[in-house]
Amino acid sequence: MSTQPGAPLSARGRVLIVDDDQALSEMLGIVLRGEGFDPVFCGDGAQALQVFRSCKPDVVLLDLMLPGRDGIDVCRSIRAESGVPIVMLTAKTDTVDIVVGLESGADDYIVKPFKPKELVARIRARMRRNDDAPPLTLTIGDLAIDVSGHQVTRDGQALSLTPLEFDLLVCLARRPGKVFTREVLLQEVWGYRHAADTRLVNVHVQRLRAKIEHDPEDPAIVVTVRGVGYKAGSA
Amino acid sequence: MNRYLTGSIDFLLAGPRWVRRIWRSSLLLRVTTTTLVLSILVMAALGFSLLSRVTSGLLEAKDRASVGEAAAGLSEAQRVLDAAYTGTTTPSAARLVDSVVTTLAARAGSPGQFDVLLLSSGPTPDAPERGTNLVSVTSVPPALRTAVTDSKRQSWTYTDIKSLDGRSTPGLVVGGPLSVPSVGEYELYYLFPLTQEQQTLDLVRSSVIVTGLLLVGLLALVAGLITRQVVVPVRAAARTALRFSEGYLSERMKVRGEDDLARLAGAFNDMAASIARQIKQLEGLSRVQRRFVSDVSHELRTPLTTIRMAADVMFEERASFDGPTARAAELLQAQLDRFESLLVDLLEISRFDAGAAVLEADPFDLYALVSRVIDGSTSLAERNGVPLRLHSEGEPKLLYADSRRIDRVIRNLVGNAIEHGNDRGVDVTIGSNEEAAAVTVRDYGVGLRPGEASLVFNRFWRADPARARTTGGSGLGLAIALEDARLHGGWLEAWGEPGAGACFRLTLPLNVRATFISSPLDLYADDSAPASSSAIENVEVR
Repeated sequence: MSTQPGAPLSARGRVLIVDDDQALSEMLGIVLRGEGFDPVFCGDGAQALQVFRSCKPDVVLLDLMLPGRDGIDVCRSIRAESGVPIVMLTAKTDTVDIVVGLESGADDYIVKPFKPKELVARIRARMRRNDDAPPLTLTIGDLAIDVSGHQVTRDGQALSLTPLEFDLLVCLARRPGKVFTREVLLQEVWGYRHAADTRLVNVHVQRLRAKIEHDPEDPAIVVTVRGVGYKAGSA
Repeated sequence: MNRYLTGSIDFLLAGPRWVRRIWRSSLLLRVTTTTLVLSILVMAALGFSLLSRVTSGLLEAKDRASVGEAAAGLSEAQRVLDAAYTGTTTPSAARLVDSVVTTLAARAGSPGQFDVLLLSSGPTPDAPERGTNLVSVTSVPPALRTAVTDSKRQSWTYTDIKSLDGRSTPGLVVGGPLSVPSVGEYELYYLFPLTQEQQTLDLVRSSVIVTGLLLVGLLALVAGLITRQVVVPVRAAARTALRFSEGYLSERMKVRGEDDLARLAGAFNDMAASIARQIKQLEGLSRVQRRFVSDVSHELRTPLTTIRMAADVMFEERASFDGPTARAAELLQAQLDRFESLLVDLLEISRFDAGAAVLEADPFDLYALVSRVIDGSTSLAERNGVPLRLHSEGEPKLLYADSRRIDRVIRNLVGNAIEHGNDRGVDVTIGSNEEAAAVTVRDYGVGLRPGEASLVFNRFWRADPARARTTGGSGLGLAIALEDARLHGGWLEAWGEPGAGACFRLTLPLNVRATFISSPLDLYADDSAPASSSAIENVEVR
């Protein structure tokens, strides 16, 4: 890869843009290149997975309304084989649409029309990885969390979490018993500086629970504190 | 009559509340009871008149027979006496009397149709008196004796026939004067016991009562059955109507036969079908509208995003443009902001209009939410020189509502207050009671003119069209806030007075759509009480 001309830029991150609107794609490309990202384009949902496999992006920007194949579908299949951060671009603000998008595996979403700075901030937040953290192992319940190695194990068995789910779990597990409000979690995990959509938290806590709880209906590790937020219980 | 009766029954039943409730709620019970009471009254009147007619008939016959018998007996006695003196010897008074009584007793027959009593009415102290069958003298009322002795004629009356051994039977006594030569004046009394008549009357009375009771019961049963025939279909209709109004639009009544109830069911079904059709039509329209809003939203938002980003790129590079082009980039940027907020608000309003707004309730702390809004507005407030103050007991108030919508409402109210406020600042107050929580946002700026408090919620309404706009805004903010409050089953009200400022109060039920009676906060709870000229104008939405 180092022989390619775009290689120095790709160090800041490759972004796959899946959107059928050519003007918007082009404009996104201009903005992202200006910020030092390496954009790759795909205008057809049916080919999205193929392009994803071949270019191995660091972040995927995915429009929910796509010809060929539904954005939700694309999101699900990418999520099925990778934990890569996915940011949905959506023109729909109805809860149903947003929650369906998040439940299909998107980490974050951004509603059209958005400001370029907002988009860049979202992408950066999803790319920032705390790789140089000191080796640290946390335990919560019967889970062992290797923070620097990005791995969660139960009885020696590795659980497959997306980076976002991992961050969410680590954030809660660092201070067991402390109650985090949804706003604080949005700040800590998603990197929002202002109040944002708390549905993000709700959906991802549910996804996380589905992977780590023995009984997701009666959670023991990520516990809801009614009216306040969530905490890591050491059940 | 019926109403009077029902009223009096109501009064009688005024006791326990549940009795009254059943009484009022059951037509069947009311009709049956009314029928029962009315038929008891009718039966009682009928029975009474029947009994009295039978009694008088029976007694009349008895009277005639008795008086005849007594008259015959009297003349017989007189004849016996007179004959006694035609003989040669003068019999003793005692024997005379005895023979008279014996003769008369013989006429009575063996079971004793009557008794006879021969009493002396003269002054002779030892005049013998006789009677048959131990009959007592007290059986003859003194009034009758007086009547007989005074008038010297036959008289009669009813009495209780008492015998010397203490028994007593109702009876008839007929008396007449009898002169016993050489002894003096006597009265002869015939005492007819009415035992048989009494028995007959008892029988008739008990028959009348039994028959009457049976009839009354039967009538009540018939009334109950007939009423049931009407009430059961009516109740079914009420049930069907209730189900229909609960949203089961396919609910219909059973049509049986061709009677009035069948016609009612038919008419109800026609109405239900027509309503269901119209609702379906409206739902279709609403669905089309919702779909349209969603499509417009998408179709507009995508190119707007591109424009937005292009403008942003140009705006960032404006330093390298010449003067007019740089200014154009700035204007483009600013107007795009305005256009965008207008578009977002328009889409939101049309979502409300299409009935597509969905409430997503979560429990959250109202105090934390308001504090966050205030923190977020501080920089704008400082720029405008309007200090923001938050008043609250500070204790967390758990509210079950759509926090995104409430956040939007509070943000809007605070933003408006900052825009219209002055250096006296803006007071935001949180209060709550058992059933509701409220937030008031009070500014001390230009205020509202009389009549404007209800206009502020109108779409695109502006206090002064000529006034310069500082913070922009689409003109739809308060209209959306009002819809948000309405969606929660809450109130959004405004108060204002020129020069004294304005106050907006949002009141929400603690649990979404629960009912509440009063707001925990006053709409103008501060130093400047409203003058009488600017009476409070509430826009209350429930």
